[in-house]
Amino acid sequence: MASEVLLPTSPDQAIAAFGDGAGVTVVGGGTILMPAITYGRLQPEKRLLLLDRSGLSGVTRGDGAVRIGAATPVSELEAGDEPLASVARTVADPEIRGQATVGGNVCATASAGVPRGDLQAPLLALGARVRSAGPQGQPSEPLEDFLASNRAGRLLLEIVYDDVERRAGHASVHRPHAHHYSILSTCATRSGGETRVAVAGAGPVAVRATSVEQALAAGEPAEIAAHKVLDDVDPSDDALASAWYRKRVLPTIVARALARLEKEDA
Amino acid sequence: MKLTVNGAVHEVESPPLTTLLAVLREELRITSPKAGCEQGGCGACTVLVAGEARRACLLPLAALDGAEVTTVEGLGTPEQLGRVQEAFLERYAAQCGYCTSGMMMAAEALLRSNPSPSRDEIQTALGGHVCRCTGYVKIIEAVEAAAGGAR
Repeated sequence: MASEVLLPTSPDQAIAAFGDGAGVTVVGGGTILMPAITYGRLQPEKRLLLLDRSGLSGVTRGDGAVRIGAATPVSELEAGDEPLASVARTVADPEIRGQATVGGNVCATASAGVPRGDLQAPLLALGARVRSAGPQGQPSEPLEDFLASNRAGRLLLEIVYDDVERRAGHASVHRPHAHHYSILSTCATRSGGETRVAVAGAGPVAVRATSVEQALAAGEPAEIAAHKVLDDVDPSDDALASAWYRKRVLPTIVARALARLEKEDA
Repeated sequence: MKLTVNGAVHEVESPPLTTLLAVLREELRITSPKAGCEQGGCGACTVLVAGEARRACLLPLAALDGAEVTTVEGLGTPEQLGRVQEAFLERYAAQCGYCTSGMMMAAEALLRSNPSPSRDEIQTALGGHVCRCTGYVKIIEAVEAAAGGAR
């Protein structure tokens, strides 16, 4: 069990307490980690940081950007920008959303093969960047690089995306139960003539569907471009769905998200 | 660690990562919050923390120093039931009773923020609460009745 449980009361305190992250367990809202701690599946080694009072919470808009603190409750996104708001409303139930944090969702690894980061796809579609703290200072990098990297030793501080006019579309397959993460979720955005497409549920973390984006940029119809998504992902079997099912359904929901984007465009 | 439960201040001694649910039930012997799934999925342990409905099984004690917690015991007395308790009783909204405390706390939180919820809003607010007996209809009707009484 952790020898120290700390409640930093400022971002600087949180960064100092995190240090190089060795042996440190970070708890945002606790909706994922607390059951694991209670049942003994997770035994924090040295130090456990609770971010409740860290000042890393809140959504601010200014200087052309939207900034979301890592400890912001998911519920605060529900009335915000699309497609993030629509996806946030599909996470668990209102009570869990009031407690679970954006940072916890973005950093969530797959559990028993089930991908859990439902908010990763809309944030990728929004072109989000993340700022994190660790031994390398406080680098800012695209979310896709952060998700693809070894995130151990890094404390997520905030998520930032451009505050611009954009179209958005979202389609997902999920079951409305607090224990179910989305089986598949697809988000698309368009701004300045560029379309971004991202998929969650078809791998350990969400990814951009660059093959779909390239096909759209080359002028392919959305229905045809949507099928290219299978070049970008390699889904596996888990308790929610088989890889076969995901491969069958994914092009359809990508097409559906793109159709919603077009509908908004009209 | 100080914890205010139903208006009474308690000095609690459980280790910092003990869940609020375990502190309430095992240290303070306040047993209306039920230990169901203990992973946030059933709603049976729901209490109010600073007026917001929260799963007591997911909250570590360390994050709650000075917090104000309300459980069913704080909604009314046997002689003077709270509006939600009264409505659940009148509308036969409890069967085995295991989910009832959590349902009532979720309903109480809803009615405090939205005194006249629609049926859809009630269903959304109770969306994370599982009942294996009643089929939900009477529970939803009870919340509607409690809202009516509040109007």
